[in-house]
Amino acid sequence: MNLHEYQAKAVFSQYGLPVPVSKVATSAAEAEAAAESLSTDKVVVKAQVHAGGRGKAGGVKLFDSAKEAGEFAGSLLGTNLVTFQTDEKGQPINTVLVEETCNIDRELYLGAVVDRATQRITIMASTEGGMEIEKVAEETPEKILKTQINPICGVMPYQARELAFGLGLEGNQIKQFTKLLMGFGKMFVEKDLALVEVNPLVVTKEGDLLCLDGKVNVDGSAIYRQPALLEMRDESQEDARENEAAEWELNYVALDGNIGCMVNGAGLAMATMDIIKLSGGEPANFLDVGGGATAERVTAAFKIILSDENVKGVLVNIFGGIVRCDLIANGIMQAVKEVGVTVPVVVRLEGNNAEKGISILNESDLDVIAANDLGDAAKKIVEAVGGAA
Amino acid sequence: MSVLINKDTKVLCQGITGGQGTFHTEQAIAYGTKMVGGVTPGKGGQEHLGIPVFNTMRDAVAETGADASVIYVPAAFCKDSIIEAAESGVNLIVCITEGIPVMDMLEAKMIVDSLGVRLIGPNCPGVITPGECKIGIMPGHIHKPGKIGIVSRSGTLTYEAVKQTNEWGQSTCIGIGGDPIPGTSFIDALQMFQDDPQTEAILMCGEIGGTAEEEAAAFIKDNVTKPVAAYIAGVTAPKGKRMGHAGAIIAGGKGTAQEKFTALEAAGVVTIKSPAEMGQGVAAAIAARS
Repeated sequence: MNLHEYQAKAVFSQYGLPVPVSKVATSAAEAEAAAESLSTDKVVVKAQVHAGGRGKAGGVKLFDSAKEAGEFAGSLLGTNLVTFQTDEKGQPINTVLVEETCNIDRELYLGAVVDRATQRITIMASTEGGMEIEKVAEETPEKILKTQINPICGVMPYQARELAFGLGLEGNQIKQFTKLLMGFGKMFVEKDLALVEVNPLVVTKEGDLLCLDGKVNVDGSAIYRQPALLEMRDESQEDARENEAAEWELNYVALDGNIGCMVNGAGLAMATMDIIKLSGGEPANFLDVGGGATAERVTAAFKIILSDENVKGVLVNIFGGIVRCDLIANGIMQAVKEVGVTVPVVVRLEGNNAEKGISILNESDLDVIAANDLGDAAKKIVEAVGGAA
Repeated sequence: MSVLINKDTKVLCQGITGGQGTFHTEQAIAYGTKMVGGVTPGKGGQEHLGIPVFNTMRDAVAETGADASVIYVPAAFCKDSIIEAAESGVNLIVCITEGIPVMDMLEAKMIVDSLGVRLIGPNCPGVITPGECKIGIMPGHIHKPGKIGIVSRSGTLTYEAVKQTNEWGQSTCIGIGGDPIPGTSFIDALQMFQDDPQTEAILMCGEIGGTAEEEAAAFIKDNVTKPVAAYIAGVTAPKGKRMGHAGAIIAGGKGTAQEKFTALEAAGVVTIKSPAEMGQGVAAAIAARS
């Protein structure tokens, strides 16, 4: 789950990370009043969407006058911001952040992720702030300093000092950075975060550190124990169909093709998309119905798949395992009838009672084609939709 | 020989009286697994499915001399269950549960490692040595005793791999699971199969996300002399989207199927592009080495 910048900064504040004074606004009038109340000569207005690249896309601007800041906020609110990280529709702007500005001396980068290779939390810091860190990692990897955090003891002060000296900080900044990093590490563990970026972390001309931007991703598996973060969830920034699927405990991801897929198991679901492509077709989605492929969930899955109007056929691939395939076949038949599926459906069933399941499908008067194996299923559905997309 | 488990492995079930624990313990007993007891706090002293229930893992291991434990408890309690099992004296823990917070796994994994206990999973189908012992949720009947070692990040995709390798049968199938912090890596499983005389060839099923397959490729180059074939799922997966498994995500442009295929090919592994051709891939790997 992602947070907005203003939400990330609120969490930063709780852990003693220095952030600029700011106010959130949802109307032009609110934004103007917010700008009026801030104490710096210039203020910055920032569109709040779940995507990077807001500045280049025209979602961030500096203003001398509160009136102009309000007008700009008014022009953003209610529209969608299209950045290089969004799709062509963009993300809706429902909120703007109006913030005090500062005198920037240097721009640094600070980030943390759960590092799968080392099985630790890795903190990264760089003198190349304000740039995309992936680009820095590729072009000048020596400019990224790293330290591994043991989740049980958290950040040790020496680790903060190592990074601080490496970043060329001096004097009081070393102390400031150490305090900041200890809070940063504590926040990461206590809030069950998966990724945090402060880009840029600036050193002001006055010599102080300030978190100018914030990106936070929360571990979805831990959200149940983070009620304060769960309240920050903004469904307007998420995919409606993916959310509907999640309510049925289905994993759904929309793709661009015309062959809908329904599969039990994430790995097999990806493999099914891949074999459709290899057979000359284009998958319309990823959908994992999970372990218990019940009639209700299969029905819900069909509805979600068919809500994509590009879908010209559906491939159902179930490796039954312990679940009996004749029960699944009945579930599929019931779902096809209930949803009123009008596109061809190819079904591949494997596992317990597979033959019984296949004969149920073959004997029905519905437009359901049984397949013998994975290769056969892919071939049949690609044929049924009339070849490549 | 096989790896990890065999007909003599004595297994406990944590969460035995719950729905999943009950169903899969019944299935395991029917398969012939030596299920020696289970743990449900507060239900100690009862009998369930004909085997004793204990309040704690420590009691259960002391009474039964169990070697292994399988965990079916809800995700929120798994860190506790994994560490309890690790401290109890079993040397193998298989955690089936999906959706454990990553922070819990970082901590549990450190403790399991420090005690020298092997953890399989979480978010996995489990481990099976066909005809001898089944620990997990996989359908036992599709497997055949034999000589292919299978290691996989996925559940049903492993069943597909099993079905396609029944010409040779399987020594042991290890589901390492789809989470970002797995207890056992591809490298651990490859080392076990390399050392196991029954295993004559290895089939790896990987998927997008992380660098576990690339690390495995480097390991194979220097340490594995047996034929290895590998399939990677998710060539068509879009960037930045989590594909069902918590660990299956192309992040920052890294973790693509193509990168993994390239690394494995450089290590001399036979790569399989179609999930319908895993059997052919294994045959090709065997032919190339003989």
